[in-house]
Amino acid sequence: MGDFIGERYRQILFASWQHFSLVVQCLILATVIAVLIAVLVYRNKTLAGIANSISAVGLTVPSFALIGLLIVPFGFGVTPAVIVVTFFAALPILRNAIVGLNNIEPTVVESARGIGMSRFKTLFAVEIPIAWPVILTGVRISAQMVMGVAAVVAFALGPGLGGFIFSGLSRLGGANSLESVVTGVVGVVILALILDLILLGIGRLTTPRGIRV
Amino acid sequence: MSDPKISSTSEPSGNVTGASIMLEEVTKTYPGQKKSAVGGLTLEIPAGSIVMFVGPSGCGKTTTLKMINRLIEPTSGQIVINGEDVTGMNGDELRRRIGYVIQAGGLFPHMTVATNIAMVPKMLGWSKEKIAARVDELLELVSLDPELYRDRFPKELSGGQQQRVGVARALAADPPVLLMDEPFGAVDPITRQRLQDELLNIQSEVQKTIVCVTHDFDEAVKLGDWIAIFNEGAQLEQYDSPERILANPASEFVENFIGSGAGLKQLTLTRVNEVELLGTVTTTPGKRASDVLSQIQGAGRKFAVVLDSRGRPLRRLDRRQLSRAEIIEGTYDPDLPVVGEQATLNDALDTMLVASAESAIVTGPRDVFKGLITVQTVMEAIAAANASMDQDHEAPVGLNSGAINVVDIEQGSSSGESA
Repeated sequence: MGDFIGERYRQILFASWQHFSLVVQCLILATVIAVLIAVLVYRNKTLAGIANSISAVGLTVPSFALIGLLIVPFGFGVTPAVIVVTFFAALPILRNAIVGLNNIEPTVVESARGIGMSRFKTLFAVEIPIAWPVILTGVRISAQMVMGVAAVVAFALGPGLGGFIFSGLSRLGGANSLESVVTGVVGVVILALILDLILLGIGRLTTPRGIRV
Repeated sequence: MSDPKISSTSEPSGNVTGASIMLEEVTKTYPGQKKSAVGGLTLEIPAGSIVMFVGPSGCGKTTTLKMINRLIEPTSGQIVINGEDVTGMNGDELRRRIGYVIQAGGLFPHMTVATNIAMVPKMLGWSKEKIAARVDELLELVSLDPELYRDRFPKELSGGQQQRVGVARALAADPPVLLMDEPFGAVDPITRQRLQDELLNIQSEVQKTIVCVTHDFDEAVKLGDWIAIFNEGAQLEQYDSPERILANPASEFVENFIGSGAGLKQLTLTRVNEVELLGTVTTTPGKRASDVLSQIQGAGRKFAVVLDSRGRPLRRLDRRQLSRAEIIEGTYDPDLPVVGEQATLNDALDTMLVASAESAIVTGPRDVFKGLITVQTVMEAIAAANASMDQDHEAPVGLNSGAINVVDIEQGSSSGESA
């Protein structure tokens, strides 16, 4: 095991970095998309219900199946990987964003309008900042989940630690196969922990004292 | 009153800065509803006065209020503020010129007190220095120490303090009109009474046009220069001064709404500043207790009142406490019976009963000490007030379309208000 890592540590570090970078970029993209959709639907009960159902049903889609479907139009490579990771990352964030925006006290919004804030300004200066801690919780859930999803997308030759897992599994019983799988799995877990800590720190920094629990 | 420092903090007062409001045939009909929520209401709100909207819940009083700043768009009719028809202008710009206070303040929980208050000036593009100065000035106005409260968050304030910040935020850009929607509904009775007193004190400084919705008739009598009593569909039952509504209810509906204790309502009609206050010995922390003791003995008083550097009462010290102490200490006594000078005799009596004291300390604008009021003063005032009722004066216009104009305009010899 020690030899395996010692011989390949540059390769492992590079794959870890790629894995991490894929997840973070997709997470940012997913947050923007999810908040945008939440903003469009949260005032309408029917639309918000539909969005919530989609996010619940979407999570039941096996990521492996989805990547298989996407390989047909997009081929192997980074594109299907990014689409799959972003799709799964967006679902919990969407759900939390809708809940967060709907849970704001109506009096707060009324007084924002009452002192002359436009709808747009009310949304960006009052509603999203108040809903932010709930949205960020969604981001953290997503981050944990898509760390694993990102390992699966290696099947489509996407970047990251998934390569170690797949190459290990495909020649199970052969030399270094188990070491390869363990390296991939442990690497993913460590990255997930690091990202969670970072998100926790971001939460601390971006949540005003007035709405900290 | 002997403290010369108070004049430096108070603004020049006496100028009406409010604007008149005229609602002309204003109607609000919600889609899918046959009956109008507000039906053809014409109402004149005189500049610089407090007009109270009262009525049972669902009568359209809040809808009427929200149509003044067009949070609710009227179906038809016109809203004219200071001669300018505002029915067609940009609603957001209109609302920046009208203060708006709702229950519990409606503060933004993620912003500090200062940021909350600075919201409207920021939108109007004021400079940072001007905004900072204005925030401090407003916190002083609502009796909150800027040093202490500027950087707090709403959840770190009591209900009453939140409400005060709400008022400060509404006044931030010095709007001529202030709209209040059940502003004191969410606080306990004692705090409510204080906030009401404070609102009256603030009003005596700023002289805005205030329109306030309440379901509490006593509150309407206490705060209002004029009271509009609404029935369902915002049908105006009576629009007149509190004195006249109490003396001559226009209909059975009004009579029922006022309730039975109209005789004792005299207690709510007379204010503390209309009766003669007793002077007393005042002192400041740090003075020698024995000097103060000989002063009150000389003046024949039971106690001395300790004031802070701004003339605000901190505590009372009776002879026994004085003889034990060496120097006067400046700790604040939270149970001190204090009423504002704009409080009603009802409030004053209430405060004394709660504190089991036979007198209460009266404070003026910005909580500055004014004098003492005693149970006996209250009793004499009720007797005198009951003897001299029945004053007539002009009332502003208010009617619903279709109704016959029954508002008679009588020239009275004197008005019921005092400045």
